[in-house]
Amino acid sequence: MTPDGRTPEVTDVDPDGNSEHAREQQFAGESSAGQGPVRITGTATATAPTPADATAEAKRGLRVKLEQLRAFYGNAEQVKGIDLEFRANEVTAIIGPSGCGKSTMVRCINRMHEEIPGARAEGRVLLEDRDVYDPSVDVVAVRRAVGMVFQKPNPFPTMSIFDNVAAGPRLSSRRGGDLRARVEKALRGAGLWDEVAERLDEPGAGLSGGQQQRLCIARSLAVDPEVILMDEPCSALDPIATLKIEELIDQLKQRVTIVIVTHNMQQAARVADRTAFMLGGELVEVGPTQEIFTKPKDSRTEDYVTGKFG
Amino acid sequence: MSAHGTSAPRPGAGQLERFALSPARRRKDRIARGAILAGTVVALIPLVLIVYYLLRKGLGAWSTSFFTTDPTGNTFFGGSSIGGIKSAILGTIEIVALASAIAVPIGIGVAVWLVEYGRSSWFAHTVRFFVDVLTGVPSIVFGLFIYIVLVVGTGSTYAGYKGSIALSLLMLPVVIRSAEVILLLVPSALRESALALGAPRWRVIFSIVLPTALPGMITGVLLAVARAAGETAPLLFTAAATLKTSFNLGGFMNSLPVQIYKDVTSPTTAVVNRAWGAALTLVVMILLLNLIARLIARRSRLA
Repeated sequence: MTPDGRTPEVTDVDPDGNSEHAREQQFAGESSAGQGPVRITGTATATAPTPADATAEAKRGLRVKLEQLRAFYGNAEQVKGIDLEFRANEVTAIIGPSGCGKSTMVRCINRMHEEIPGARAEGRVLLEDRDVYDPSVDVVAVRRAVGMVFQKPNPFPTMSIFDNVAAGPRLSSRRGGDLRARVEKALRGAGLWDEVAERLDEPGAGLSGGQQQRLCIARSLAVDPEVILMDEPCSALDPIATLKIEELIDQLKQRVTIVIVTHNMQQAARVADRTAFMLGGELVEVGPTQEIFTKPKDSRTEDYVTGKFG
Repeated sequence: MSAHGTSAPRPGAGQLERFALSPARRRKDRIARGAILAGTVVALIPLVLIVYYLLRKGLGAWSTSFFTTDPTGNTFFGGSSIGGIKSAILGTIEIVALASAIAVPIGIGVAVWLVEYGRSSWFAHTVRFFVDVLTGVPSIVFGLFIYIVLVVGTGSTYAGYKGSIALSLLMLPVVIRSAEVILLLVPSALRESALALGAPRWRVIFSIVLPTALPGMITGVLLAVARAAGETAPLLFTAAATLKTSFNLGGFMNSLPVQIYKDVTSPTTAVVNRAWGAALTLVVMILLLNLIARLIARRSRLA
């Protein structure tokens, strides 16, 4: 599959070849303002759907594939050549001990890694068949397609709930369609609409921690991403708020591909279709979640998931 | 009651002996507290004296005509004809306003560059070093510099705007440093989440970083303004001193510090008293600015 013959563990997924050209167009710097044909925008009606109806939307998550990905901070190599595939419209959990490079690897997918001074990445990150590290790729277009939810809920402190969700479309100058409808759709998608519909003008920072995190998810949904990266999204939340986010992840995967970094192995077991185990900057094993937790192939994986270290 | 019950013999009181406060320890505590309090009082003495003299001598000079008339320049025949300080108050406001209009955008621009782009590059370090050097330059040097470059150098004469430029040089490092500190306080998570939404960097700066930092930056700017408003030296040989109220920054312009400087050397008591009144006016103006700065800082969501 890859030039050097290294085939990732996963081989059975065939990319939906029909829209390749459109996908390529989508990330070219010039055409970033025009939307690819796969985009569905402005479809929200006045009687917008409940969260469950989000499933009615077309499946349009992107397949993400890492090829020999290496990431550095200065001269320190934090991610040491990973080949890994995240299947479209599935949830893939990344587990592993602290400092094993999980977050760094995930941040390479939407090129946020390079925002850290002295950080750089090598190798390829393919969204479908487009390498996001290709010099002709517009990083801004990549980040519109690949949303991100961070560890700590971080709504913009100067903005109201509405403005927080509208920030994405406004900041990226994509004003097409009705902004109100777009915000409502995103808030419904994040399961937050019923809680905040009456107080959209209040500051986003006034919500509870769990609501703030769902607000951040709504904020990333508002730009219609095709992949969402979640970097320990529940580590700052209580169990009930965590449960809500996990239910949300389950609904969202109908719309997008989800990569979730987590320290919580029960969480990985609950939400993930597939799980990848990382250690020391390397990928140890990836497979269906059930297999990773019940009959892992590698003894290090077994030691980790059974709590012998980490 | 029981909290002080070390003297009351109770069952198990012996157990508490090892936690008892020893007399020596208590004495040391008292001495240390006393020394710190004494230091605070000593530091407050000059402050209180300044305020006392300003109010006693300055309030006597205040009157309606004091604020509404220009100085007449007539200082030899009694106190009634010397005039007020209207031109000095307006001159200070005009000169400082222009100085702020120059220094604030440039200063905030430099700070944004340092925090968002320069970071720890060698050029950013160099800029920071020179800004620090600039902070330590005596104000008269800025005045001299402008005098040589814009007054002597152009073969022309004093003007209000030349004073403004001298003051803006003085304000620049203060604005840069305070804005930089505030911008560094903006959580990088906010920048990251905005960038991750697909926002170009310049939009992140204008829509997220600057609004978040705004209250803190206003505080820093007002403190810089307050400092500039009280400077005499840069204005002495750039804006000069004059009597008439002027709204032309291209011509001679009076200002409070220069007015005070000239008045205190006068042999006429009434004129010296006018200096006190002007000094009190200046202090009140700066105090108001500081109060505004504090009110805005309290609304800040950072720090």
